[in-house]
Amino acid sequence: MNWQAVGAIYRYEMARFFRTIAQSFLSPVLSTSLYFVVFGTAIGSRINEVEGVSYGAFIVPGLIMLSVMTQATTNASFGIYFPKFIGTVYELLSAPVNFFEIVLGYVGAAATKSLLIGMVILATATLFVDLTVLHPAAMVAFLLLTCLSFALFGFIIGIWARNFEQLQLIPLLVVTPLVFLGGAFYSISMLPPGWQTVTYFNPVVYLISGFRWAFFGTSDVPVALSLLAIAGFLLLCLAVVWAIFRTGYRIKP
Amino acid sequence: MPAIVETRGLTKVYGDGTEALKPLDLDIEEGEILALLGPNGAGKTTLISMLCGLVSPSSGQARVGGHDIITRYRDARALIGLVPQEIALEPFQKVWDAVRFTRGLFGQGRDDAHLEDVLRKLSLWDKRRSKVNELSGGMKRRVLIAKALSHNPRVLFLDEPTAGVDVDLRRDMWNMVADLRRDGVTIILTTHYIEEAEAIADRVGVINHGELLLLEDKQALMTRLGRKTLRIELRRPVEAVPGGLSGYDLELAEDGRSLSYHYDTQGEGTGITALLQDLSREGLALRDIHTRQSSLEEIFVDLVKGEDA
Ligand SMILES: Nc1ncnc2c1ncn2[C@@H]1O[C@H](COP(=O)(O)OP(=O)(O)O)[C@@H](O)[C@H]1O
Ligand SMILES: [Mg+2]
Repeated sequence: MNWQAVGAIYRYEMARFFRTIAQSFLSPVLSTSLYFVVFGTAIGSRINEVEGVSYGAFIVPGLIMLSVMTQATTNASFGIYFPKFIGTVYELLSAPVNFFEIVLGYVGAAATKSLLIGMVILATATLFVDLTVLHPAAMVAFLLLTCLSFALFGFIIGIWARNFEQLQLIPLLVVTPLVFLGGAFYSISMLPPGWQTVTYFNPVVYLISGFRWAFFGTSDVPVALSLLAIAGFLLLCLAVVWAIFRTGYRIKP
Repeated sequence: MPAIVETRGLTKVYGDGTEALKPLDLDIEEGEILALLGPNGAGKTTLISMLCGLVSPSSGQARVGGHDIITRYRDARALIGLVPQEIALEPFQKVWDAVRFTRGLFGQGRDDAHLEDVLRKLSLWDKRRSKVNELSGGMKRRVLIAKALSHNPRVLFLDEPTAGVDVDLRRDMWNMVADLRRDGVTIILTTHYIEEAEAIADRVGVINHGELLLLEDKQALMTRLGRKTLRIELRRPVEAVPGGLSGYDLELAEDGRSLSYHYDTQGEGTGITALLQDLSREGLALRDIHTRQSSLEEIFVDLVKGEDA
């Protein structure tokens, strides 16, 4: 293992994040606060408890997931797309590193950043609602797995993208809708039966459900299924990344 | 001593069918400076890119320091420093961080003294805290070189290092190459400036259309292919080459004041003694004579033209 290289990539990516620290944290904190004002306060006051939890608290796990998934995806995709775009990818390709080390550096950094943002949102949420986390260890585990797998997913997009439009397309057209429709702001049981069935094809449902269970002990799908889903997604992304490096897809003529 | 870089039947055909490198067998000795000359599109960058891991070979093998570039890429690449043809740098990074980053990528621990040394040699020390995008083009190229030297490579690839750079940088670069050579670093540089190859290379290779047309010791090359010209300046101009000298390959200058005589240094006899005797027999008084050897440039142009014909 070339740990020096992993460290160099990781430090470089984190430096990029801290250079714009205000932006990095401000926008998620601001948008979360807005969600609380709009959903939690304005709408929530008209909604009774959902599954025994106040509506304001109920949306916290979904809100965190929404930010973490989009942040991990965009951070990792930009992280690897940028060197391709400006040509500095030559250094990665000519260095004595393997695919695992490159991925560890970029994905590790993107996962760390999104994890930090998730924590900040959680802290912000406690300013608006009373929260107790029932299963803290499970909560952290779900959060970590989500950060990691979506950072991997973003890495793949960054390699695949040929231009900035493509880079933004997937988070905008795929991740955000899947999260919104994945029960971030409602319980699946609130949907009519037909739509419930459709929803079960949305992988994000399993992640949000598991994450919410860690908070409140209630879930739309069994927790084991949630774990299985996230682990499956993680493995799938790993396999794709591995194939990318074996074939030099879109990085090596 | 085994070659530090060896290729055997190395080829590259790009996805669009471009045959950028035809089967190449090349041995580069440790410590030598090899200049690869060739026009644009000859395949120079393709060759370097394959050796450095940026492009996958289509067939054949290559070894650097005895390590196969595919199966033992870690060992091979650890020995290599690459200065790419195009300037590619992270714009917001500081010079110091950029150099440290590369050293880390190549698996080496922190060594501030070495990095300082590299930056000083390249006149970058004062700029170490500047962001890359605040630097001029020449300075950026220096940063690329500093990055390539940050991990003490044994083999340095310079892909058109002096294309479009100012005189200062070119001089610094040549000095740096001489220093590195003293330390035993092998240097492979591509260029289409013949004067560059002539000034610093030990061996010269000429590539065109993906084929290595020639690879030879620079001195031997210039002697072998070099034709010399003897220029004879006359005291009094003449109208035409006197009839008694018609047996020689002589060229009369337009003003009639000088004659040029072309001869081959490798020939049996140069014919100079006889020519000089015949000149005085014809009653021509000489003011001065000097000789000139054809440059690599002429050799190169001849070769490439010959191939295109
Ligand atoms: N990525 C690529 N895809 C397709 N063709 C390429 C690629 N890179 C270079 N070529 C072609 O390969 C040939 C050799 O190019 P190159 O190695 O850059 O030459 P040089 O460095 O001697 O100018 C040229 O015809 C060029 O157009
Ligand atoms: Mg080139």
